[in-house]
Parts: sequence; structure tokens; C-alpha cells
Amino acid sequence: MAPVETRERVGRYLYTGFCAAVFLFLVAPILVIVPLSFNAQPYFTFTEGMLRLDAEAWSLRWYRQIIENEVWTRALLNSLIIGVASTVLATGLGTLAAMGLSSPAMPGRRLAMGLLISPMVTPVIIAAAGMFFFYSNLGLAQTHLGLILAHASLGTPFVVITVTATLSGFDTNLTRAAASLGAGPVRTFRRVQFPLIAPGVISGALFAFATSFDEVVVVLFMAAIEQRTIPRQMWAGIREQISPTILAVATFLIVFAILLLFTVEWMRRRSTER
Amino acid sequence: MHENEIAHVEFEGVSKSFDGRTLVVDDLDLNVRKGEFLTMLGPSGSGKTTCLMMLAGFETPSSGAIRINGRSVHELPPRKRGIGMVFQNYALFPHMTVGRNLAFPLEVRGLDGAECRERVARALELVRLEGFEERKPSQLSGGQQQRVAIARALVFEPDLVLMDEPLGALDRRLREEMQYEIRRIQKGLGVTVVYVTHDQEEAMVMSDRIAVLRRGDIQQVAAPEVLYEEPERSFVARFIGENNRLHGRVTSVDGDICEVETGGQTVSALRVAPCGVGDATTLSIRPERVAISPDPGLYTNELDARIEDITFLGDHLRVRVSVCGRSDFIAKIPNIVGHGAMLVGDEVRIGWTPTDCRVLDPDDEAETT
Repeated sequence: MAPVETRERVGRYLYTGFCAAVFLFLVAPILVIVPLSFNAQPYFTFTEGMLRLDAEAWSLRWYRQIIENEVWTRALLNSLIIGVASTVLATGLGTLAAMGLSSPAMPGRRLAMGLLISPMVTPVIIAAAGMFFFYSNLGLAQTHLGLILAHASLGTPFVVITVTATLSGFDTNLTRAAASLGAGPVRTFRRVQFPLIAPGVISGALFAFATSFDEVVVVLFMAAIEQRTIPRQMWAGIREQISPTILAVATFLIVFAILLLFTVEWMRRRSTER
Repeated sequence: MHENEIAHVEFEGVSKSFDGRTLVVDDLDLNVRKGEFLTMLGPSGSGKTTCLMMLAGFETPSSGAIRINGRSVHELPPRKRGIGMVFQNYALFPHMTVGRNLAFPLEVRGLDGAECRERVARALELVRLEGFEERKPSQLSGGQQQRVAIARALVFEPDLVLMDEPLGALDRRLREEMQYEIRRIQKGLGVTVVYVTHDQEEAMVMSDRIAVLRRGDIQQVAAPEVLYEEPERSFVARFIGENNRLHGRVTSVDGDICEVETGGQTVSALRVAPCGVGDATTLSIRPERVAISPDPGLYTNELDARIEDITFLGDHLRVRVSVCGRSDFIAKIPNIVGHGAMLVGDEVRIGWTPTDCRVLDPDDEAETT
């Protein structure tokens, strides 16, 4: 009896240990950034003072730099403008596409679905290079509009997928019921379909926003100085002058991402509550 | 013409095919009278739901015409037909309260707050759910949800209501209760109801008339008692109530009565199907019309039979006998004094009158009901 029990216990410890190791592996490189961003010195390493928890060695100077430096505020503004606009566009188009693709009457559904999803599987560098040449000819390269369109096309697949998933559980009798009660297609969408697929739409929108907010490759190709987003500015920062400002920005992004996730989860919960 | 004779709904030569080859509904003619409760009854795949969906406007007939109040509805989308509809799975809007569900068709019609609230309250009263306005559908039982679905289909006062197996998801007791409830509401309001079900008992309880469908074709349209007493097709006899079937061949015809040879014995029966001498036929006899050991000479048909099985069911005995080469012939004998002596294995005489034995089209029995 005893050996089996012992073995079981050892197994459980190993399992727990392994899980902890995986978790650490995933999170440690991100978490280490947070304390470093409060470094009083312009280094990417923990100073002796920091390790001794000297108050002197810690500072908010890099955070002040973000606020004071026009480059960073502009990058933040660009990220938000491009992120929000491309999300709105991707969410609208993706939702409509998913609804159309969910109708059994739609011919060539699989092909259309494949084409719509392709930006997700195409290497970004290829998409970015293609977009650069294409948008240049249209005069859209190095404009905000161009970046919004490019990011929208990258974000749409996520919306298509999440909304399609929600629609697969949607009872088509509900739209029929709405029609039998006299409602036109627009009212049926607004009052019946949308409220019920909202969780999928919200998740899709979150993914689309995250895609744009994180994106650096397309921005590298397409953006001039005036369109630089936060990731692009961080890229420049790392290459040109290594300063812990980047760490402060990174910390800010981490907090932002966590808040965003919580907000969306809360919204999703609220809309699924019945 | 009597007022009840005015056709509210007309199907004329309606066919429907989804794939262009097989007809789900085949050249169907049907009139539904104003204020009538008409049930389309049939097994799955008989096309009954397709008929209902074409009437509601969710499917388009491949050919033929559907008229409501004499007007063809071919070009009319569902929302403009003004038909109340009750779905099998209720189709209540899960994110809206009962009150909002019921107000939905009224808001579509531009009704304002006070009147809207009043009509919602009245509709809930009709289905005996007063004060349920603030509940969500998920907080209701199946029966209550069904009542709300019915109230929603009636709240905008349509004169035609369609119901697609609305009681299918309810347990037996609740289903029986709702059958009477729906009937009460329908009679009270005088609306025309077209009801779809595969449950013959439900159809019998609720309907003014029943249309029995099989493979997209109407077998017979008649009042429940007529369908039971005077089935015109083997399928109807088999589908409605219990019946004994004897397969055989017509040996002579004399007006309404024919002689039929079946399993080596000859019986005389009522000629219902237009048959001639030599034609194959199926005889249908209701079990409760069969007498065991009748007084000699009482019935024209008297046959030798052997008792195979006796089941005591309180008010009646169910006796299985072998006769005419079949061993699944059932007689229902009322539980009155005098049958105590019957034993399994006994050789007895059984009998029935020719008019209770109907000569119908040959039944292949391939399709189960």
C-alpha cells in the first residue's frame, strides 16, 4: 500500500512542480521588466542599491520621461487611434462576414472563409511587404488611414472566427420568430441577433485591438515618423538609445493589457447573463 | 354558404422540393376554414412541417399557390403575413423579459407604452401567467415558456396562428393539460389554428379536423371521429388508433359489400377502396369491434380462432388470437361478467359485422408510425 501512495504523492509533486516551472517560464521574462522599470540608473540590470531596497536606487524618472517626451505621447496617441479605428472596422466587417458565412444559402462558404482567415496564417512579413507595395501605389502608405486599413485586415479574421463560433449555437428559430412577429431584418439584428452574439463580437474586437496594438512589422513597412505606434517607438528606442523608458512603457502596456482583459471579461459576463 | 365554410387558408396544387428531385410536398390541396382548428398529422418526413413553413413564408413552394383570405401570399415576406407562430422550442428571446418578449410585436407595430403594457397584461392573463412580466424565459418551466410563446403569438391579435409541434418538449401530464388549454384559448378567441404534430392522440383531442399526411400527400381530411370510424386509407387506419390488418384478395363484389379471401378464410367486408375481383386489399378492423364467442348467428363473419394471450387491463381485456393465418389479431373485450372462463390455448369463435371491417388499399406496412 505504502509504496503506491508514496509514488502517487511524488507524482503529484512532480506534476505541480512542472506546472509551476511552465508558468514561471511564461511569465518571468515579462514580470522582471516591472521592477527594472523603476531603476534610478539608466541600466537594464538590477543595481546593488535596488537589491538592497535602497529608496534612492528606485525612481519614477522613466515614467516621467514618457509623459514629458513628445515622441512617446505621440506614439501612444497613434496606437490608440489606429487601434480603435481598425478594431471598429474589423469588428463591423468581421461580424457581417460571419453572419453571411453562417447562412446555409451562401455559396462557396468554405472558400470565402478560407480567404478571410488567410491573413492569420500568412507570415506577417509577407503580408506587410505586399501591403507596402499595394498601399504605396494607392498613396496610402505612410498615412494613418493606410495603417488603419492594414490593421483592420489583420484583425478581421479573429472577429470572423469568434462570431462564427457564437453563431453556430444561435437558434435560427429566433430570427424566424422575430420575422413572424413583424420585425424587419434591421430590427431583428439590433434587437435579437446582436444582443445574443455580443459575447463573440466583444471577444473578436478584443483580439482585433490587441493585434493592432502589438503589431510592429506592418508598421515598420508602412509608417513614417508621424504614424509611429508604441511598439514601433519601442523598436526604435531599443535600436537607437537604450533607455529604461522602454521598460516603463512595457510595464504600462502590461497593465493596460490586464485591464483590457478584465474589462472585456466583465462585459462578456454581463452580456451572457440571462 | 355557411360562415364557417369560408376558406381562410388555401393550398392549391402546392409542391415543394429542396433538391429538385424528391418532392417533400406533392401536389397538395387543402382548405382551412375560418376559426377552425386544423391539425396536420403525420410521421416525420411526411411534409407537415414544410407545409407550415410555406404558409408562414419561411419556405417557398416549388409550384402551386397558397392563399390567405383569398389573396396569394407568394410575394409576401413572413413579417408582412401577420401570422402568429409558435415554435417547437418556443423561440423566446432569451435576453428579454417575458414582458419585453410580448411587447416586441407591439413595438414593431408602433404601439405606445400604456396600451402596450395593457395588451401584454391581457395576453398573459389569457395564458394564466398574470404578473410574469419581469421574469426571464430561463426562470420559467417548460410549460410556462410554452404559455409565453403562445401569448406572444396572440398578443398582436392575428386571426391565423401556426403551431409547430409546440408540446413536443413537455412531459405527458403537462402536454395533456396544455392541449385543453390551447383548445380553450383558440375557441375563446375564435382564431384559426393550423397545428402540426405526429401525436395522433394530441390531434384527436384538439382538432376540429385532421389532415393526415404521408410522404407529402394528404391521405384524408376529416373530423377526428370520422377518421377513426371511417378511415379511407390503410395508412389512416393504421396511424389513427389501433387496428387489425388482414391482407387478402377480393373474391366477389356485391354493391358495398365484398368477400375477401384472407389467410385461407373468407370474410365479408365494407368496400371502401374502389376495388374489383382479384385486387389485393388490406382489411381494417378495430379491436373493440371484435367479439369473442358471440351468440351463434349474430355476425355474418364468424371465424375459428385460437387464444394466444390474454392481458388484463382493468376496464378491458386485451386478447390476442390467431386467425386468418395471423397471430397478432387483437380483440378488446369489455370487462363484464362472463369472460372469466377464457383461457390461453382455447379454440373459440370470433365475429364482427361486415360494416366494421373496411376494405382498404393494400398496405405495405413498411413504414412504421
